[in-house]
Amino acid sequence: MNDFLFLIPALPFAGFLILALAGRRLPKTAVAFIGAGSVGLSAALTMLIGAGFIASPPQDHAFTQTLWTWMQFDGYAASVSFVLDPLSLIMTFVITGVGFLIHLYSTEFMLDEEGYSRFFAYMNLFVGSMLTLVLADNLLLLYLGWEGVGLCSYLLIGFWYTDPANGRAARKAFVVTRTGDTAMALGLFLLFTNFGTLNIQDLMLHAAKQWPVGSATAVLAAALLLGGAVGKSAQLPLQTWLPDAMAGPTPVSALIHAATMVTAGVYLIARTHVLFELAPVVQAAVAVIGAATLLIAGFSALAQRDIKRVLAYSTISQIGYMFLALGVGAWSAAMFHFMTHAFFKALLFLAAGVVILAQHHEHDMFKMGGLRHKLPVTFWTFFIGAASLSALPLVTAGFYSKDLILWHAWSSPSGSPGLWAAGLIGAFVTAIYTFRMVFVTFFGESKTEVNHRPGLRMLVPLVILAVLSIVGGFIELPRTLGNAPLFSEFLRPVFNEKAAEHSGIASEAVLQIGATIVALAGIFVAVLFYLLRPDYARKIGGVPLFESIRKFWLSGWDFDALYDRLLVRPFLWIADINKKDIIDSGYTGIANLNRSLNALLSKTQTGSIRWYAMGTAIGAVVFLGIIIFYP
Amino acid sequence: MILAWLIITPLIGGLAAWLLGQKNASLARWISIAALVLDSALLAALWTGSSSPLTLAGNAWLLDKKWDWIPQLGVSLHLAVDGLSLILITLTLFLGIISIICSWTEIRERVGFFHLNLLWILAGILGVFMALDLFLFYFFWELMLVPMYFLINIWGHENRVYASLKFFIFTQAGGLLMLLSILALYFIHGRSTGVYTFDYFLLLGTSLTPKAAFWIMLGFFIAFVVKLPAFPFHPWLADAHTEAPTAGSVVLAGLLLKTGAYGLLRFVLPLFPDAAASISYPAMIVAVISIIYGAVLAFAQSDLKRLVAYTSVSHMGFVLLGVFAGNLTSLSGTVMQMVAHGISTGALFIIVGMVQQRIHTRELGRMGGFWSLAPRLSGFAMVFALASLGLPGFGNFVAEFMVLVGTYRVNVVMTVLAATGLVLAAIYSLWIVQRAFHGEKREGVKLLDLSARETGMMAVMVVIILWLGIYPQPVLKTAGPALGTIQSYVSHMTTVAPQGVEQ
Amino acid sequence: MIANVPMEHGLILAALLFALGLIGVLARRNIVFMLMSVEIMLNAVGLAFVVAGARWGQVDGQVMFIFILTMAAAEVSVGLALVLQMHHSFKTLDADAVSKMRG
Repeated sequence: MNDFLFLIPALPFAGFLILALAGRRLPKTAVAFIGAGSVGLSAALTMLIGAGFIASPPQDHAFTQTLWTWMQFDGYAASVSFVLDPLSLIMTFVITGVGFLIHLYSTEFMLDEEGYSRFFAYMNLFVGSMLTLVLADNLLLLYLGWEGVGLCSYLLIGFWYTDPANGRAARKAFVVTRTGDTAMALGLFLLFTNFGTLNIQDLMLHAAKQWPVGSATAVLAAALLLGGAVGKSAQLPLQTWLPDAMAGPTPVSALIHAATMVTAGVYLIARTHVLFELAPVVQAAVAVIGAATLLIAGFSALAQRDIKRVLAYSTISQIGYMFLALGVGAWSAAMFHFMTHAFFKALLFLAAGVVILAQHHEHDMFKMGGLRHKLPVTFWTFFIGAASLSALPLVTAGFYSKDLILWHAWSSPSGSPGLWAAGLIGAFVTAIYTFRMVFVTFFGESKTEVNHRPGLRMLVPLVILAVLSIVGGFIELPRTLGNAPLFSEFLRPVFNEKAAEHSGIASEAVLQIGATIVALAGIFVAVLFYLLRPDYARKIGGVPLFESIRKFWLSGWDFDALYDRLLVRPFLWIADINKKDIIDSGYTGIANLNRSLNALLSKTQTGSIRWYAMGTAIGAVVFLGIIIFYP
Repeated sequence: MILAWLIITPLIGGLAAWLLGQKNASLARWISIAALVLDSALLAALWTGSSSPLTLAGNAWLLDKKWDWIPQLGVSLHLAVDGLSLILITLTLFLGIISIICSWTEIRERVGFFHLNLLWILAGILGVFMALDLFLFYFFWELMLVPMYFLINIWGHENRVYASLKFFIFTQAGGLLMLLSILALYFIHGRSTGVYTFDYFLLLGTSLTPKAAFWIMLGFFIAFVVKLPAFPFHPWLADAHTEAPTAGSVVLAGLLLKTGAYGLLRFVLPLFPDAAASISYPAMIVAVISIIYGAVLAFAQSDLKRLVAYTSVSHMGFVLLGVFAGNLTSLSGTVMQMVAHGISTGALFIIVGMVQQRIHTRELGRMGGFWSLAPRLSGFAMVFALASLGLPGFGNFVAEFMVLVGTYRVNVVMTVLAATGLVLAAIYSLWIVQRAFHGEKREGVKLLDLSARETGMMAVMVVIILWLGIYPQPVLKTAGPALGTIQSYVSHMTTVAPQGVEQ
Repeated sequence: MIANVPMEHGLILAALLFALGLIGVLARRNIVFMLMSVEIMLNAVGLAFVVAGARWGQVDGQVMFIFILTMAAAEVSVGLALVLQMHHSFKTLDADAVSKMRG
């Protein structure tokens, strides 16, 4: 069964090829069949292979399949080869599973769009690239997938290409992430120069053997990889592209900008966790970046009016949690939150997509309202997603994963009360903005007509994801609640984490209760301001100080303006003043000098033969004189 | 003899196209195609024959033939190929055929003479890639120059006279410096050994004082860097590319620039290893400036063809960087870059040509929304824009990655600066896509999609650039032994001992 | 054989003749006179050759003079043909009138 591993990424690639070459000539049903079917097959294959893997794990808990040598240099052959281990299996499972549901949803969502086949071609290419990324056994192939998903993200954000604003958002996403990618490429150079290999397994072994903890090279290597990770995962300081990325179709936001691609940074750090353990400074930076990002993005989400932008900032914030977990060495907790987040955030986006489609592509929540009765299934699934996002205790997946992160932020050796407090405040804010969104959208008076009711292909994915958003948490029960850490047990071969024995069960229980209270308090605040007494919110909003804070948060803490002033405008300015190429004017100067000399000399060209004879005579006399008097 | 025939075939084919094509334009086209196909058959024989790089693994020189020409002066017709030459010859013939196909409907005046010039340029380039006698090399160097001048001057666009003159003066000035250097080397070698010869192998071991070596090397270096072109010798390129007909731009970008890179590899490094090592640092700085400066300039342009032209400066900066990083990895990357850039930029020029032929402008401001008008054209444009920005999966990525990996071992700062070129490449490449192919379509603009001939041509190029990106091993393996030989001359330039590419 | 004319005398005569011819070329405007002045200059040079040849007792000087004579004949024939053409197209023999050939 494992021999078919290569088919998991190959199937979506094949789908892409068929759709790209022949898509425009195919009927829409065929396009949908190929587009969703290729990912579906891939998902089914993942299930089969995954089942086999869990039933009888291979030696060293990793199975490698090499296809061909990609490029060979310095005696190292970078090959196209895939490795299946618990970490990549989980990623693959989420990518193909959630990916398939989103594809299924899209077959209906995109039905009226031009470029139906183009959409599915890009989506398939994305899934293929993402699978390459997570299955790659060396960093070079990982980089291929890494840039490939960046490309698809670009293509899909700019899917409605006739609007220049979408193109701008798409280019912003690509260029910002590529800045991070370039740092990562430099990290690759560094690692290769030191170890002569890019195979991840070998790199980690070499690094652990040769680099002492805290050595400068290790710090540099980890920092450069972190650069790539923050770019892709939209963390500080490269987070600015994600909110704009919402210009793409909603299923794209669900798949790429919430569930899978943006978590590639988390995956990269988890994959190369040995390096980060060797560089405690960088690991601490990961935690700080995560904590800062989750707060900044959380507050930004509070002020948004566009439902997709709320979700976008929420995504940034939740990935901040994952970074926080990585930063305190809770690798499997980060992956756990990745998985639950993929479920509930995909769900939220897809449900939001239903709402948006039902209202003529209206994104402003405040122009919606009262949709609870008109779109009941959507409402309930959205509600479950929201509950999971705000970590409603005990019943939701989000509770278990977020709680695990908070517990590690407090108790792990590299954790600290500060990080824990940031996470806790973040949880409070999360609950507020999430339920603000729920109440504003689905409660209150009805403001618009619903003119598009979702069909089965849209609702089934919603329901499945809603179920997963609840039961997905039960595979990792904390010690206080049943103590069944199946998930981290499964990942143990990859991360070699010690079983959590940092401190007593009692303190864990106390922290859990605290987190519960905070989440409930957040929901209560949202209920108060957006359901019971909307006039309070309006009153507070009227105060000038809060008004300016709201604007500040709305703009995402003005990072865009900052970068605009620091980078974009100087670049445009330089490009503009040098449009004519200053070097060229130097050469033009030489040419002009010659031309004026020529004009000067051609004045002597009178055409009078006697004048020429005179010149000859004088010249002869002068030369004779020189020869005679200065021999 | 096969080597001589490789050059003679296009020469004869060009004459035939000119003489027989006076009356019938398409006859001239078919004759030219036939000549190049015949030439490709010869080349195929070279690839598959007894001296194939695939069988003679480890041996740098595959074929080596020498005839007397002017024995009194030590001038001979010395032609030879190694893996490096073979790859570039293959590229030359491929792009030659492509450039004939792409001017099938574009060139309507003096068709026979056009093909004479085109084929003679190709013959000159082929000669440059094969000549191992410096006199002969110079001869071919000039041979490709004059027809190119005519190509721009006669079939170019609005500002063609200015552009052709600028091209001629720049390259000729560089060429004369090289001639001086060749003569200086000739006489110094003759005086010290009593053997007056232009032969490459005999001149290889010439003992020069460091000062003489430096100045002679500089003559070669400047000639090649002008051709490359690197900052600050690049201004000719933008005008020449912009004004040349499509086939001219393809040949310029795809092949002529490569002769500069080839010259650096074949002559500057082996003939003057110490002098080259002494300027490796400044040369790398020049390379980095080229990469960044070219990219920024490209972004600023509003003329699509000019934009693409400036990207060449940026891309060829990687070549210069790789050459002077001087280890096997960076040199392999350089060769990959030569091939990949030849194809990707050639394709971009063809696309610009097709757009210009259809809407009669190159101004980005008057384009937009082509995607809905001509999806096939736009799709191809997107692919090559992505190749140009160095997306993994395309040959350009392999090239740039290997150059940078190689450079990193030698100089970290240069690598970091050069890597910013990757970001800048993304900016200008996506800008092309945005301005021309995305966006709202303009009123009254009609754009026919590609014909079968055009689609076929572009599809072949896409397949090749992808093949280079996904399985570049054949190229790397073929060039390996040749680069190993070149690298052995400059091995002391690098800090780390060279490691051979495993066969 | 006229003996013992000092070489200097011959050379001075040649120089004088040459100068006269040169002045003629520069000062006259009529192109026929200019041609004649050129002839005088040529003869002056010839004289210098002959004198120098006599001084060294070599025949080279006289050989050169014959050479100059031949050349002068050729030059005059071409020159006169041009004069005719000039008269034909410009109806004048004034050299200054024909100043159209300039850059």
